[in-house]
Amino acid sequence: MILDDSVLNGLLNKIADIDGIPVDGAYNIRKDGASMARQSTESVIITPKEDKPGIDIKVLPFATEKNIHIPVVITESGLNDMVYNDFYIGEGADVTIVAGCGIHNSGCEASEHDGIHRFFIGKNAKVKYIEKHYGEGDGTGGRILNPTTVVNLSENAVCEMETVQIKGVDSAVRETVANLDAGAKLFITERLMTHGEQTAKSQMTVNLNGDGSSAQVISRSVAKDKSTQVFYPKAEGNCRCKAHVQCDSIIMDDAKVRSIPEISANSCEAALIHEAAIGRINNDQMVKLMTLGLSESEAENIIIDGFLK
Amino acid sequence: MLELQNISFKVNAEDNKELEIIDDVSFKLPEDRFLVITGPNGGGKSTIARIIMGIEKPTSGRVIYNGEDITDLSITERAKLGIGYAFQQPPRFKGLTVRRLLSVAHGSDLPEAKCCEYLTNVGLCSREYLNREIDNSLSGGEVKRIEIASLMARELGVAIFDEPEAGIDLWSFTMLVDTFKAMSRGRHNSVIIISHQERIMKLADDLIVIANGKIRSEGPRDEVLPKLLTEFDDSCAFRGE
Repeated sequence: MILDDSVLNGLLNKIADIDGIPVDGAYNIRKDGASMARQSTESVIITPKEDKPGIDIKVLPFATEKNIHIPVVITESGLNDMVYNDFYIGEGADVTIVAGCGIHNSGCEASEHDGIHRFFIGKNAKVKYIEKHYGEGDGTGGRILNPTTVVNLSENAVCEMETVQIKGVDSAVRETVANLDAGAKLFITERLMTHGEQTAKSQMTVNLNGDGSSAQVISRSVAKDKSTQVFYPKAEGNCRCKAHVQCDSIIMDDAKVRSIPEISANSCEAALIHEAAIGRINNDQMVKLMTLGLSESEAENIIIDGFLK
Repeated sequence: MLELQNISFKVNAEDNKELEIIDDVSFKLPEDRFLVITGPNGGGKSTIARIIMGIEKPTSGRVIYNGEDITDLSITERAKLGIGYAFQQPPRFKGLTVRRLLSVAHGSDLPEAKCCEYLTNVGLCSREYLNREIDNSLSGGEVKRIEIASLMARELGVAIFDEPEAGIDLWSFTMLVDTFKAMSRGRHNSVIIISHQERIMKLADDLIVIANGKIRSEGPRDEVLPKLLTEFDDSCAFRGE
């Protein structure tokens, strides 16, 4: 079934790579504060919460499902949508979950979505979680997204988390907390581009609690125009563990970027590394691409596209 | 045909004095010629290449390409006319894959087989490299070879290679010499290689020796090369690999 609403379809395509309501897999599409379509499968059961807005997503042990979509779209100006989604991933399951929020605001009031996602990932389970944020619309009202994600990884569980905010979100405060048991592995890739007068803040705490756990956090951002960005990634090593935190930002125009990575070792067996760099686009890169026939702006786009890929 | 007419390039030194990097250099490169520019380090060879590409603007003199005065054209405009330059120290790009760079160089999406062919020609086992990023995970020699491949992916009127041998191991160098030999009679109309390597000079139709910003000697390879080894005090720099 294809929705006739082109705005809705456009947003779904941007944030979840789907054109309307999917036929296969499990999904819950939330539009303007209410669920508009939902489907469970044999191994992925989606049920609405009874006490507050949001859903529970239960994945049965040892299930494999690469097709779970949980997008949220907001097309009403002035809407403030708060949602609580809990993911219970059974032992040994292997799933890909695509979430994300798209806001189309043509009005003058702010539209806001605050999503609180909690993951309880069972032993040996594997989760790939992709979250894309996007804003559009020619209204003067702000497009505000404040996602909170809490990831609890049981023994030897693996979580690969990819968050993307490329365009059109005026204000974003992202909070991420991860708790890792023994042998668990976490990979976080965060990509962010701000422009105009947008602000974005990302605060992340990774608690490595079990022996042999490891975390890799890669944050890449581009700040254009008068936008501002702040990053606080923190890795807390409480045992024999490994963590690598890397923040790279390209700064342009009159933008401002603060990057404050923190590593904290509470055990002599914790091996923690952080790197942070902020800089303009390298002139040699621009010249190189121009020698291949690209204009200055084409060269800039190729560099930024690659950097944020 | 590429022609440099009385090119000079001066920069302001720290003590406010002018430093002459290139001093009244003129030469012609007809079509289908393979020119090697050689000479001591710091003599101005790379500056000449950068002036041809438009990365540096000459203080005086003109650059003529196929009858058109291109002295005031931008880098992009010159690239579109068919001038290409492989950097001596190519930049690295976080996130940009080898395949993407080769496609950008080619001007359109390059099929995998073609990418592999160019990479194999520069001694890289292609499949391993196609989706690798051109970042710090690659060695200097690998980045250098990808740089050479990026010029091979184009069809150029003049292809300039700035010390392509630098950072390349001996085994790959032999392969590279073969590649340049094939290239000199193939893809690009004219080739300029800046090099210290006798084996590359031996491929040339013509040689130009630049020292202290001036042309020290020029002419057909067989005339210039035999004199070269005795001409300079620091001739060991030219004694091949």
